Amino acid sequence: MTELGVTAQPPVTGTPVLEARGVTKHFPVHQSRRTGRGRLRQRGAGDRAASGRVASGSVVHALEDVSIALPRARVTAVVGESGSGKSTLARVLARLLPPTSGELLLDGRQLPASGAGRRAYTRQVQLVLQDPFSSLNPVHDVRYHLARPLRIHGLGEKAASLDEAITSLLERVSLTPADQFASKYPHELSGGQRQRVAIARALAVRPKVLLADEPVSMLDVSIRLGLLNLLSDLREREGIAILYITHDIASARYLADTIAVMYAGQVVESGPAQQVTDEPAHPYTQLLRSAAPDPERAGPPALAAHGGPPSLVSPPPGCRFHPRCPHAMAICADRAPGAFEVAPGHAAACWLHAKDLDTAQGRPIVRPPAGQPASAPSSAPESGEEPR
Amino acid sequence: MSAGRSAATRDGEPLLDVRGLCADYGAGPGAVHAVMDADLMLHRGEVLGLAGESGSGKSTLAYAITRLLRAPGIITGGSVRYHSGSGHAVDLLAAGENQLRVLRWSQISVVMQSAMNALNPVISIGSQLTDVLQAHVPGMSKAGRRARAAELLTMVGITADRLGSYPHELSGGMRQRVMIAMALALQPEIVIMDEPTTALDVVTQREILEELAELRERLGFAVLFITHDLSLLIEIADSIAVMYAGRLVERAEAAALFRAPRHPYSLGLLSSFPSLHGPRRHMTGIPGSPPDLRHLPAGCAFHPRCSYALDRCRTDLPPLLELNEGSGRQAACWLQDGSAPAPEALALPIPPAGRAAAAGPPEPAAAHPDQVNLRSRS
Repeated sequence: MTELGVTAQPPVTGTPVLEARGVTKHFPVHQSRRTGRGRLRQRGAGDRAASGRVASGSVVHALEDVSIALPRARVTAVVGESGSGKSTLARVLARLLPPTSGELLLDGRQLPASGAGRRAYTRQVQLVLQDPFSSLNPVHDVRYHLARPLRIHGLGEKAASLDEAITSLLERVSLTPADQFASKYPHELSGGQRQRVAIARALAVRPKVLLADEPVSMLDVSIRLGLLNLLSDLREREGIAILYITHDIASARYLADTIAVMYAGQVVESGPAQQVTDEPAHPYTQLLRSAAPDPERAGPPALAAHGGPPSLVSPPPGCRFHPRCPHAMAICADRAPGAFEVAPGHAAACWLHAKDLDTAQGRPIVRPPAGQPASAPSSAPESGEEPR
Repeated sequence: MSAGRSAATRDGEPLLDVRGLCADYGAGPGAVHAVMDADLMLHRGEVLGLAGESGSGKSTLAYAITRLLRAPGIITGGSVRYHSGSGHAVDLLAAGENQLRVLRWSQISVVMQSAMNALNPVISIGSQLTDVLQAHVPGMSKAGRRARAAELLTMVGITADRLGSYPHELSGGMRQRVMIAMALALQPEIVIMDEPTTALDVVTQREILEELAELRERLGFAVLFITHDLSLLIEIADSIAVMYAGRLVERAEAAALFRAPRHPYSLGLLSSFPSLHGPRRHMTGIPGSPPDLRHLPAGCAFHPRCSYALDRCRTDLPPLLELNEGSGRQAACWLQDGSAPAPEALALPIPPAGRAAAAGPPEPAAAHPDQVNLRSRS
């Protein structure tokens, strides 16, 4: 399946700070003795998946040949449903999970898997988790959370410079007065303030890349924008490359420069943020857009497809979206689509954009009506990709 | 939810009339006033949205209405009158346990926030559905209950062979559908939904909302829909009440709230949702964070975050005032008391005839209140 996957092409030149090339992540499925149903367990570093307990080699295809590039001073958003592999991608990029295959390039170089290589890597690539209520240690104050990465990476040897560093970190995430916040414990902070501490902790080691895994989805609506604007500031002021993972396509449109849409472990569409959201080229992106709340829409929306995401243990052959796709053709069930360029820098992995399909390949798949007529979303612009 | 939007149902008779409801957590001087002086009116067949952030008291209000508030929660005042079909009204706050038992579920049912926790993990969903029927429909045979349970599941789009499944065998969306099926088991007049789709994916959320709209059209129940997602509420609700720090701060029809908010908090909430249309612009949301209910600011609870705050806002609490523009518009803000013209962003004209105005092509994003505020209107 080497032809799969769309590379999120940056609109800037030069080497991206962090690049994943053809990253695949499979998790082994453990057979439970009693029911025979699969039980999932994530394997730690070293991936000793070769042990005999893995039944008949069945795996969860969490990521399949994903390539993504994070350029300097750009926000790249990854959008998708839960189970689409967005968080696995963040963990692989943070090197918390070893990829099954594929490579990670930091400034165009691969860092060794040794302890020193790993430390050098984490020094430059930091992860912010979704839930600020569980990602901070409740028995330690803010100062401890910020001092620890500085000490581990040898950045704040002397007490005076450590204090200075902590103050400046808190100021960078707008937690002022800094000395007051430094002595607070997580339970004394609101959700938004906690997430700011988590971001400050990630910034402590002066990383080049910030991976933010749904950083605002646990927060109150009225404070989400504040955090998104903080990420935007970090991009502009400090040139940090940011990966913004979200299921909220509107916030991705607001913050990101580039959007990559993931479905069932694959990147199905990527391109400039506004173009992807305004003129979605992949039927799955059209579905996401039609499902998003939109007060400006006239009347109730028509969902662009129905059904749920596929099993990742035995994903459907061909295009993984074809069982849900209202435009599915014969070829979609047969061969996985490669990336087709629909506009400069905007690519979609969908056969609808292939130019040279014959009539047999392009024959629409007729399904029994599932209650709703299959139609393109009314709000999405027609991009002339009707089945031929 | 097209049925709820028709004028016929909007003129429906009152179904649930909440007046001056107050609910505290704890007693004495340390009590936290979670809901203060709430007035709500739910009409037959209507979808009433209740929007607010976490801690604004919206769930407490729902539990107080149904008398499901658990200790240390106490209802300290007000009245909740339920107008049943036969014409007489029941005061739910004065009703005894037996009376409540008859009303709950068969007249007023609740879809709880987290389906994961609301379903019993060790009992099959079939048994949980038939349990309801056994308790509330004494005359029903076992086979009849089974058939009804199967019918209910089919109604929410789950095949009847799932009756033997346990909650952990269902996806999040299916669990939520089971919760909705259970709530509808006795064909209630009112369904209270407390963040029914918050934990779900956007696509699943939309599918469930579609189904809900269809069911409402068919069964004609009224919904009190509680959520923090105002952008979703504007799409699905007929009218919306916005809560902040335990008080209702604005009431309006959905389209009117979206196009012409009257309370600065509603305006702030509306400009907290990035749009899917138009050019991208820098948005600011609402500065600061929601107040601690134990130490509420004096005067209007929103004044520390409000960019329009007057001196009076810091000392005097604004009452929820009926605005002089009809259609039951209310706002609790000193800017709207008529003593001086309100700021432009809070005095936009209300679109004519609610939803009908939005039936044409969507207006350009510049029509959004906060954008109009940025440009000078000619």
